[in-house]
Amino acid sequence: MANIKLQIKDMTKKYDNGDGVEHIDLDIYEGEIVTLLGPSGCGKTTILRTIGGFLDVTAGDILVDGQSIVKLPPEKRPTAMVFQSYNLWPHMTIYENLAFGMKLRKIPKDTIDRDIKNILELVHMPGCEKKYPNQLSGGQQQRIAIARSLLLKPSLLLLDEPFSALDAKIRQQMREELKKIQSDLGITVVFVTHDQEEAMALSHRIVVMNKGKFDQVGTPEEIYDKPATLHVAGFIGEMNFVERDGKILAVRPEDITVKLGNEGDLPALVRTIMLLGHYVVMTAEDSKGEIIKCFIDRELAEQLKPGSQVSLCLGKHTVFEKEA
Amino acid sequence: MFKMLNPCRFYHAVGRKKFFEFILLAVFILFFYGPLLNMLMLAFADTYEVPAVIPQEWGVKWWQYIFGKDALVSSIIQSFVVAIVTTCVSMVLCIPAAYSIARFKYPGRKLFMLSFLLTNAFPKLGIYTSIAVLFYKYGLMGTYPGVVIIHMIHSMMFMVWLPASAFRAVHRQQEEAARDVGAGPIRTFFKVTLPLAVPGIAVATLYTFLGSMEEAQGTMLVGLAKVKTMPVTMYGIVLDSTAVQIGAVFAIILIIPSAFLIWVMRKYIGPEAIAGGFKMK
Repeated sequence: MANIKLQIKDMTKKYDNGDGVEHIDLDIYEGEIVTLLGPSGCGKTTILRTIGGFLDVTAGDILVDGQSIVKLPPEKRPTAMVFQSYNLWPHMTIYENLAFGMKLRKIPKDTIDRDIKNILELVHMPGCEKKYPNQLSGGQQQRIAIARSLLLKPSLLLLDEPFSALDAKIRQQMREELKKIQSDLGITVVFVTHDQEEAMALSHRIVVMNKGKFDQVGTPEEIYDKPATLHVAGFIGEMNFVERDGKILAVRPEDITVKLGNEGDLPALVRTIMLLGHYVVMTAEDSKGEIIKCFIDRELAEQLKPGSQVSLCLGKHTVFEKEA
Repeated sequence: MFKMLNPCRFYHAVGRKKFFEFILLAVFILFFYGPLLNMLMLAFADTYEVPAVIPQEWGVKWWQYIFGKDALVSSIIQSFVVAIVTTCVSMVLCIPAAYSIARFKYPGRKLFMLSFLLTNAFPKLGIYTSIAVLFYKYGLMGTYPGVVIIHMIHSMMFMVWLPASAFRAVHRQQEEAARDVGAGPIRTFFKVTLPLAVPGIAVATLYTFLGSMEEAQGTMLVGLAKVKTMPVTMYGIVLDSTAVQIGAVFAIILIIPSAFLIWVMRKYIGPEAIAGGFKMK
């Protein structure tokens, strides 16, 4: 494994109202994209903000490259943060926005000019130095914000739902670009999102959070194929929960085989059939009244209509104890 | 064409609703601009007797009369000096207060904001008399500092509330982004927060300046006829003389700086800027 870039040691951050995160331990390696994923209010942004220096920790330590940074104000930390929105200063041109931090570091002007030119090319926005932020679209503004962070060559790039204010298509494109930039520069990224698709697409490792705690830490494959808890199973991707002998079976819609007639494991009646492009989503109701979702191919779908008798075979699945 | 001016025809041509809207607008315009027009007319009337509508003789006699008096020229200068000093001092005192109200949550914050309203809620004369008692004690009667303090009592509410709302409108992320790229808290304030709040502060400054330019009551009481600003001088001349034209000429002179400032800041002055300042959050 590569070097540990960021180390969070038994970190606790409690707000006055009792919310917050407790006893967080996390190691992030050099050149990794790690995503903190969870529903809103689960504490993922809290962790990111403690790394960036915008929140004081109640207890514990945060180290970057082996150096403790918890005592430092944000301007002294080797991290760079991109927020969900309002990153840019509207009274400054793009050039001034980008150069602001570099000027504070007393970098010579010709270096600043050259770096800005290069970084604008990297984020596919050459020649917009003289524009003002309100002349750019939301996606372009976020690119400039990322560019501004990258210009300062941070040890760690912190992204706080940077794409969530953008529309779906641009979001996807930005994801790809971010991944490309990250692998070109080899920079370490901590990414916060509530969008599981975004997390799966971007990350080397995902931290699934729930109510201020880590549910599971693992690669996207591990998280998807072997969810550690019911919450993870339900939060990531599509999942059916079938009750069998007092236990809960979690099975993905693509892991269910559908047969005509009633000779399989689980007889059921077709409720709805929806065409979603190259595949079809079918829901069926079993004898206990549970609704089960399956992905089937179009050939099979043509032989079915609502009310048809089918039987389902559960393939790969995870078993959970029933929650008390 | 003239047929259309018949009210009955007009009523049926535009419909009932439009007709009454038109009448309302006409009344409003008359109410609003009538006195202004009358004042303009009177300023250029050499002779005018009350029952007449149109002056009997036109001319610039009263302008010459007023500009012939030295008191006026010195009062214009005094007015500007007092207004500029009042504006600067209240900026220095109120902008930090506005920032603290906008950014920090502390007990008594709302009470603090409301307290500015209180000085405006009491009858002014009562406040002035009780202030006068204090001013006598500290030797501030009839001095510039005394007058500036009186003017600031008016401006405080604008100067705290409007900039506070302007500061609130600056997104925290914009400040945090500046901290993140390496600016300390003070640099962040001067490079990011303050420039973004400038429109709101400009409106407040305008109100303060204009308010100070036209303040007469308190200035007369506390200035003890030693500090003579334009409105004070105007009172004196208008009360001394029976010619209404003097008042009209003075009003036009007083309007010039106000109109100019409003024109300069027309971009920032809008219902939102003002309404935004009076939100309690």
